[in-house]
Amino acid sequence: MVEPPATDSESAFAQTAGKQLLVFGGVAFVAIAILMLALQALTNLMASNTTTAQAIDDVNNMISIAIREEPPQLNSTVATDASSGMIIGHVFEGLLRMNAKDQLEAGIAHKWHVTDTQVHFWLRTDARWSDGSTITAQDFVFGWQTALSPEVASEYAFLLFHIKNGRAINAGELPASELGVSTPNDFELIVQLERPVAFFDKMVTFPTYLPVPQKFYQATAGKYGADASELLYSGPYTISNWVHGSSLLLEKNEHYWDKDRIAIDKINIAYITSDSTASLNFFKDDKIATTTLTAENLDSALEERWQIKKHQDGAIFFLEFNHRKSHITQNYNLRRSMQLVLDMEELVYKVTKLPGYLPGESLFPEFLMGVETHFRKEYPATKNVLDRVRAREHIKLAKHELGLEAIPPLMLLTGDNAVSNIQAEWVQASLKKHLDLDIRIDKQIFKQRLAKMTAGEFDMVLAGWGPDYDDPLTFGDLFASWNLNNRGRYASDAMDGFISQVQDSVDPATRMRLFAQIQQLVYDDVVILPMYERGVTYVVHPRLKGMKRRVIGPQVDFTNAYIEPVSVN
Amino acid sequence: MASYALKRLLQGLITVWFIATATFFGMHAVPGDPLTGDKALTEKIRENLEVKYGLNQPVITQYGIFLKNLAKGDLGISFTQENRRVNDIIAEHFPVSATLGVLAIFFAAIGGILWGALTALYRNRLPDTIIMLLVILGISVPSFVVAAVGQLSLVNLNDMAGTSVLPVGGWGTVWHMIVPSLVLGLSTMAYLTRLMRSSMLEIVSSDFVRTAKAKGIPAAQIFTRHQLRNAILPVITVLGPSIAAITTGGFVVEIIFAIPGLGRYFVQAVQQLDYTVIMGTTVFYGAFLVFMVILVDLIYGWIDPRVRLE
Amino acid sequence: MTNAEQTATTFSADAFAPLAQDQDVQSISRPSLSYWQDAWLRLRANRRALISLWLVVGLLLFTFLGPVIWQIDPTIQDVEQISQAPGANRSVTLVAEYEPWQGQGSSRFAFAETPTTQSVRLQWENFNPSYGYRVYRTPYSIGPERAFGLPLAETLDPFFEDRLDLRPMNYYYTVMAIDADGANTNNYHTIEGTVARVITLEDARSRGLVTTQANPPIGTKYEFAWHPLGTDYLGRDMLARLMHGARVSLFIGFFAPFLYVLIGVIYGSTAGFIGGVTDQAMMRFADFVVALPFLLFMILFKVMTNTGPGESGIIPMLFAMVVLLWPATARLVRGQILQIREEGYISAGRLLGAKTNYLVLRHMIPNTMGVILVTVTFAVPSAIFTEAFLSFIGMGVAPPTPSWGSMCNEGIKTMLTHPHELIFPALFISITVLAFNMLGDGLRDALDARMRNRE
Repeated sequence: MVEPPATDSESAFAQTAGKQLLVFGGVAFVAIAILMLALQALTNLMASNTTTAQAIDDVNNMISIAIREEPPQLNSTVATDASSGMIIGHVFEGLLRMNAKDQLEAGIAHKWHVTDTQVHFWLRTDARWSDGSTITAQDFVFGWQTALSPEVASEYAFLLFHIKNGRAINAGELPASELGVSTPNDFELIVQLERPVAFFDKMVTFPTYLPVPQKFYQATAGKYGADASELLYSGPYTISNWVHGSSLLLEKNEHYWDKDRIAIDKINIAYITSDSTASLNFFKDDKIATTTLTAENLDSALEERWQIKKHQDGAIFFLEFNHRKSHITQNYNLRRSMQLVLDMEELVYKVTKLPGYLPGESLFPEFLMGVETHFRKEYPATKNVLDRVRAREHIKLAKHELGLEAIPPLMLLTGDNAVSNIQAEWVQASLKKHLDLDIRIDKQIFKQRLAKMTAGEFDMVLAGWGPDYDDPLTFGDLFASWNLNNRGRYASDAMDGFISQVQDSVDPATRMRLFAQIQQLVYDDVVILPMYERGVTYVVHPRLKGMKRRVIGPQVDFTNAYIEPVSVN
Repeated sequence: MASYALKRLLQGLITVWFIATATFFGMHAVPGDPLTGDKALTEKIRENLEVKYGLNQPVITQYGIFLKNLAKGDLGISFTQENRRVNDIIAEHFPVSATLGVLAIFFAAIGGILWGALTALYRNRLPDTIIMLLVILGISVPSFVVAAVGQLSLVNLNDMAGTSVLPVGGWGTVWHMIVPSLVLGLSTMAYLTRLMRSSMLEIVSSDFVRTAKAKGIPAAQIFTRHQLRNAILPVITVLGPSIAAITTGGFVVEIIFAIPGLGRYFVQAVQQLDYTVIMGTTVFYGAFLVFMVILVDLIYGWIDPRVRLE
Repeated sequence: MTNAEQTATTFSADAFAPLAQDQDVQSISRPSLSYWQDAWLRLRANRRALISLWLVVGLLLFTFLGPVIWQIDPTIQDVEQISQAPGANRSVTLVAEYEPWQGQGSSRFAFAETPTTQSVRLQWENFNPSYGYRVYRTPYSIGPERAFGLPLAETLDPFFEDRLDLRPMNYYYTVMAIDADGANTNNYHTIEGTVARVITLEDARSRGLVTTQANPPIGTKYEFAWHPLGTDYLGRDMLARLMHGARVSLFIGFFAPFLYVLIGVIYGSTAGFIGGVTDQAMMRFADFVVALPFLLFMILFKVMTNTGPGESGIIPMLFAMVVLLWPATARLVRGQILQIREEGYISAGRLLGAKTNYLVLRHMIPNTMGVILVTVTFAVPSAIFTEAFLSFIGMGVAPPTPSWGSMCNEGIKTMLTHPHELIFPALFISITVLAFNMLGDGLRDALDARMRNRE
């Protein structure tokens, strides 16, 4: 459309109007400024602010960090997630603890003695709660009884089933007072075990085994752990400020019996964000002292010339098959054909692309210890040799056994995060390319995926498992027919037999031999296809030393960390 | 006017009840429940939990209990943020979202009206073309890209300045709010600019403006009283729902800038099927939205005397 | 008639003969045009609108004709060409099949073989046998800050094989002696090497670079398939993905707004025109729909429509968007109708006996066209992004079906290192938005009743 030439009157009008607009703009600007000042005043009243500090604060001897998710609560009897675990690891201490070299050392118990089915702990008398009261053996008993109580319904109650009557109490068959623990006096704790447990001393470092102060717990009226003020602390730090969804401030616990070993006075959890790019930006801006890296931002980290570290976090990820009779994945030859074509090295080296990842070979990750050295050194997993020709033969056999002309499309259930999507797409493309199998990706958000997994509405699912305690059994019993976490409902007498035997045994050599048999069976019967062992790639501020990443317990541990003084040149 | 407002509020209450009911039954129709966790639960524990949360009763009974508690103003306890009351969650995080939202809407409305008027004034000339191209850019780049780019430029800005000019994320001071609210308001601003321009153009060629000009009314007065005031009307109509959309839609910005707003609690609640939080936030936002709509309608009637409020 | 003087004359009958019709006085300078014909004419006269029309045609061709011409399967992954920028070097050399390697021992830190993308094999003299070594890799020089780069592995053996995401470029490898705690020491060696891109015979055959019978010698040079717009994070062809993604994005971006704006216009104008109690009730219903949580009902629709895994899930998404998003338009249109209803020409029309239908269709809707078109123009990108957001949280189109929005979602993560993965989908969204915007503008000018007299 051709605009008619602007007449004088029109341009005069535009000019006046323009001036008018300019005035309005000025007014608006002032209005925004006033609004912002008002908001500032308002937010000061609400006090939900982030303490903006540098990553390393020498004046306050403080470090700042970010976490991915807000801890749902910090009640040690029910906590399950990584964020809670990390904070609980800093504000609580149990009977025993792990030192910087992952060796067991004395915590609140200064001495312990393990016999066949009895463990005796002697508690130190100078251990205090953060309100100054003494930590007694009864606090542990109360904590354990609470975690086992059917009303509390803790997901991790099963960790306490080693204690005599633990399982029965959790099932509501026995009262809590029947728990196999006794306290001869305030500072002695005798635990009766259901049967000999080879690793019970390591178990007591776990949050579910932490003490809980009974009086305080009851006074909170069900809000124990929901807020900073709803907790008493037994560990190196206390939470002095918890702004939900925004920040937590940990300060050195003056009542902690071993406070001299703690070098950093304050840990400022300044940001809560699940966006890894955002964390990276905070690190770049010198606002946090450490952050994890994703495959996508490795290149930037290299370019920034940061000191990059890696760590195996002990979790394994695998392709789990549905072994229910109604699903064709119960057919061995079908599973075997996939085992023969899926190249997990390609997945790890070309698709996940992070240095900490290892191609999956076994149900048991590398960190697990055997009798003398690492279990996987003592019993190496069978090396899976890819063979596409044989894979096609197995497919033919599978078709024949199933009486099918062609294998129908298989449903691959996966989560909604970007990483598992990429892996699912890789599995889909690989199986299509090598076996001409049609895979349909069923992408589901968290709860729907779990609901479908539990109901068995899948042929294959991308699943993972992290260790709950430091023993191969935490992975080894996963495919027992009675284990509810065996979502594919794999059931075989051989597997159940091995697991029963290993649970009844305390002899390390026998146990490891049985685990090796489980490892072999998982491979031979293609119960699952191990995809990879997960790694964490991360960067740390060059002046923050001694930060420890753990497989069991808090993922990140600052209790041994210190700030290196600025070197004077 | 007062009786009209009262009547609308009453209707609003019924609307909120409808929203609550539809959401309640919709939510229960989705497979899975808040108790489904990463680790499988034994039958016994599951039963205990169901009793604890009252999930063992028929949905209709649960609905009755929900309504009774709602009437008392009690939204229950969150399933995922265990031990936290939904009332507390809303009370703590809504102000953050609202602050961010108000600022964003303010930026959007003022920017939209000013730019829109400007482009209409200079129709098909350079300022118009430039602003319209920016508008198109503003709407064709998704918010997660804008937020990421915004944060990255902050990092680079601080890097270049050698000091913290503006915080890269977090919450607390006015300085924390500027960039996130601009990012949040950007697409709405673009939308309003476009809307304002088009309604301005219609007004410019309308009879009453021509009459006003012919009568020799001063240009400034024509522009302000006749053109702007009339052109703002459709902008105000969409402002109401926009406020709600912006305060709820801050999810991406809240995640990227690590802001403790309600948006991410809501999205998380839907993903986790946290029944009480879903209901709490939906009812709260529903009421908020309905209230905004009523407010906008009242303002509308006040600005435009031709629209009779019964 | 001239200004003739009046004179007395007598008239005869033949003086009143009808005038010959030598001139058609009744003729109209332009043919009579209906509203739509007129609109079409003016649309054609609008240069910007024409350009946008061509853009839309171009997009449609890209979507429907594109895949016919560019017959690359968008789901084919190529792990050798992940995140390749357009115009990247494609040359590749044939090597032998990969064999596991256990090192042979060496007196100095060196590559055991020529470094290739298949593997980089390093070996060194055993200078720290008790605690072992950590191997690092970086594409940048080490420098005084000792930026060794990626820690690849810890090993006790004096050799290491690197296979992690090797790209054809220059790398610095460092072997670092570690102490009892696994910490770095000052005892380290660095070498530099350039990695060559290679391919095995089997792989070359499966790519069709070599025929099944041919048996070319090791070292033969080939070129990888051409990807004009590069590849994505799984080595899939970006152009093909953009073409296939256009189907989803344009389908959602066109139909969803069209349908819900249509519903909104009908609903809003009905409410606005009837007014009174009906209007009140209708608008309260609209408020109710607006406040329903979109995400939750999206999941619900997916469950209700029984979308199986692997099905694209576009239809439930479309359904949810149409069902839940119309009220904004309805409110807008109603507001306009309320205003127009009081205009003089409507009263005049009514007085002249115009029917309701006629009033709404000929006067009211054309007069709200401007606002409606703006809404549509904005609904297009917002529908495309809603799809992206839904895809992101697992409720959109199922992989591997691409869509522009989800491609943007993926691209944002590698924005700095592989910008092409973000720029291309974003560009296509921008072009679409631009086209619909200009078209909307042109249509507005063409359809707006008040613009008819402004030529």
